[in-house]
Amino acid sequence: MSKRVLLGVLLACGLAAPALAQEPKAGGAINAVIQPEPPGLMLAMVQNGPVQMVSGNIFEGLLRYSPKLEPQPELAESWSVSEDAKTYTFKLRKGVTWHDGKPFTAADVLFSIEMLKQTHARARNNLAQVDKVEAPDDYTVVFTLKQPFGPFLGIFEVGSMPIVPKHLYEGTDWKTNPYNNAPVGTGPFMFKEWQKGSFIRLVKNPNYYEKGKPYLDEIYWQIIPDAAARSVAYETGKVDVLPGGSVENFDVPRLSKLKDTCVTGAGWEFFSPLAWLWLNNRQGPLADKRVRQAVMFAIDRDFAKDVIWNGLGKVATGPSASTIKYYTDDVPKYPYDPAKAKALLKEAGYKGEKIRLLPLAYGETWQRWGEAVKQNLQDVGMNIETIATDVAGFNQKIGDWDYDIAFTYLYQYGDPALGVGRNYVSSAIAKGQVFNNVEGYSNPEIDKLFADGAVATPDSKRKEIYEKAQKILVEDVPVAWMLELQFPTIMRCKVKNLITTGIGVNDGFKDAWLDK
Amino acid sequence: MLSFVAQRVVKGVIVLLAIVVLNFFLIRLAPGDPAVVMAGEAGASDQIFVQQLREKFGLDKPLPEQLFIYVKGIATLDLGFSFRQQAPVAKLIGERLPATLLLTLTAFAISLVLGVLFGTFAARFAGTFLDTAITVFALIFYAMPIFWVALMGILLFSVTMDWLPSFGYETVGANLTGFAHAVDVAKHLIMPAMTLGLFFMATYTRMTRASMLEVKRLDFVKTARAKGLSDAVIQRRHVLRNALLPVVTLAGVHSGTLIGGAVITETVFAWPGIGRLMYDALLQRDYNLLLGVFVICSAMVLIFNLITDLVYRLVDPRIEFTT
Repeated sequence: MSKRVLLGVLLACGLAAPALAQEPKAGGAINAVIQPEPPGLMLAMVQNGPVQMVSGNIFEGLLRYSPKLEPQPELAESWSVSEDAKTYTFKLRKGVTWHDGKPFTAADVLFSIEMLKQTHARARNNLAQVDKVEAPDDYTVVFTLKQPFGPFLGIFEVGSMPIVPKHLYEGTDWKTNPYNNAPVGTGPFMFKEWQKGSFIRLVKNPNYYEKGKPYLDEIYWQIIPDAAARSVAYETGKVDVLPGGSVENFDVPRLSKLKDTCVTGAGWEFFSPLAWLWLNNRQGPLADKRVRQAVMFAIDRDFAKDVIWNGLGKVATGPSASTIKYYTDDVPKYPYDPAKAKALLKEAGYKGEKIRLLPLAYGETWQRWGEAVKQNLQDVGMNIETIATDVAGFNQKIGDWDYDIAFTYLYQYGDPALGVGRNYVSSAIAKGQVFNNVEGYSNPEIDKLFADGAVATPDSKRKEIYEKAQKILVEDVPVAWMLELQFPTIMRCKVKNLITTGIGVNDGFKDAWLDK
Repeated sequence: MLSFVAQRVVKGVIVLLAIVVLNFFLIRLAPGDPAVVMAGEAGASDQIFVQQLREKFGLDKPLPEQLFIYVKGIATLDLGFSFRQQAPVAKLIGERLPATLLLTLTAFAISLVLGVLFGTFAARFAGTFLDTAITVFALIFYAMPIFWVALMGILLFSVTMDWLPSFGYETVGANLTGFAHAVDVAKHLIMPAMTLGLFFMATYTRMTRASMLEVKRLDFVKTARAKGLSDAVIQRRHVLRNALLPVVTLAGVHSGTLIGGAVITETVFAWPGIGRLMYDALLQRDYNLLLGVFVICSAMVLIFNLITDLVYRLVDPRIEFTT
């Protein structure tokens, strides 16, 4: 080989190397943290965060969503919408099998919908506009709606509508079905082992329908109950991935600086967690709009973002997060202005009545935020008493409307009709329940706007309606919006493509690979 | 002796029943129930959902009926079903038992052996520098909160020196077997067992020291010395044996609580024991699971109290069984 040819080969290899480095490599295991330990793994039966994080690898939905929340194929390979926007036809993938080898068909989809209507409150609400669901053949599912429902294509991700195996659940007692703890899905990873209190092990599904995927051989979800211990586990190299929310936010900057560590805030676009204070509109000083507005002016939300959340997140402007559809910042503004807050309190005739504040029992960050808000409100002359509760006690008090101000954060699910309206329309006022219109805000105009917005066409009409709703709500301050939260995922830089959709780590690790 | 044991067992069953009834009502006094917790976690709820959950947990039935169903289950050794974790309570407790016992028994052994040893030395050299050093050492671990000692241990031995693993029962994914697995578990056990063991050690050290000093002043020790027995024999055979009675009492009470695990130690070190199971059940208001753990723990306390009484007789033949 002449020197020139050799040089050419070397150059070619050298130039090709960076491109090759980006080619996914198969093999390896990921150790990730899961907290708290999931109560079960059957997503159709329990829908809390940790369950979805693990089971999002085992089960699948008909669709998944890009970071811009555009629908992408999953168990459905294509879909079409009729001209009157009332009929949605999904073509299912052929050749998909359950982890036990049985074929996946439209019958599983029909069964899942019936099951979810009974076990999954959010799915039941999402499906309220559906008149009938039919399967003309094994690989087609047709949804006929009572009326057009704008966000309909946004209700099919794995957590909102997991598809479950009919052959293992039909005719059984779902509550005690043994597959609840050893689930069988169609997803890229299969359940292998669960050492309660220690770890959950998933292994690669060798028959996965997307050839070559998943790239990883195994995922170990490690259960470490103490937040400081989770940080140490990452620091000492025992875990590779800390999904958003795994460690206290004050640990994030320190961990981010560790060698070979990459951090991303991506993967929460679909959920768009928004934190606010529930203000009890029914009784006491907070029944007065001026007092509620005073709360908005009294709280230094930039301080909360910069100090308590270490600069992560974004100050909220109103009921919609900036990442979801039809968001507008053309709304009344509430900058930090204690003087204005005092003036409003004076105008409202507030005379130091006691106001009960319930912080969230979700760890140290939330406790600190509770203290900061208490301080802010006391500074403008409000008489605040903090009530300490655990999660169960908190939910009970909120459900019974036994509070004045209470912290919370809720997911928005990409569309105001799915995740925003439920907190403000008067039909969602129901004692004994949590995470609906707990504050007791009632405004017929808002009720109508959210009712119209859900079914309006075309999109420009929906935009107009929701922008108007945002303006009215921000003026009325039914709740005090705080921050668009950001839960950064911390991982070793060798972990590639962990987050590829707007659902993030809750959407399974089928695209992830290790650059070993 | 048999009638003594039989009567104690009957009394024990009555006490256990009283504990079950008391706990049944006590845990329902806490605000919130499992349906409320699960509805909250689902991020959405409506009337049907909450009602379904209540029915699922049997919470829609009147309280006396719930109690009757539970006690009937206990009588047939059925601890019930945890709908939260979708598994029988007995299975959930059984899964955690080996790890719990491994941790608590090791810690118990460490505290007892080191405690009695240090206590004996401290008494033998009472008033000297060694006595002070032992007392200070023991009290340091007693005075410092367990979570602090645990975190400092992790910082020193895991983060800085990288000698010991910081969490868990074994190296996940290593798939070790046989001796290699035993060594791996032992490495994981060292820090939690020492943290817990050193905490309880102080009690035994102080108890042994005080008890031995008291016994040493008694006449029969003078007699033994007058008989010309060596100091070592006097200490071992006469003083220590008589001084051990209060230590046995303490160890008896302590061993009854071992099965309940150690919530803080288990949490910091991610040790998969019953303490954590109980703590999580409490937070989630998993009534059946919580009651199940309480029943097992109470039964253990009663059983170990009985064993303690029997051991008394062995340590001190002067004690007679009376009912």
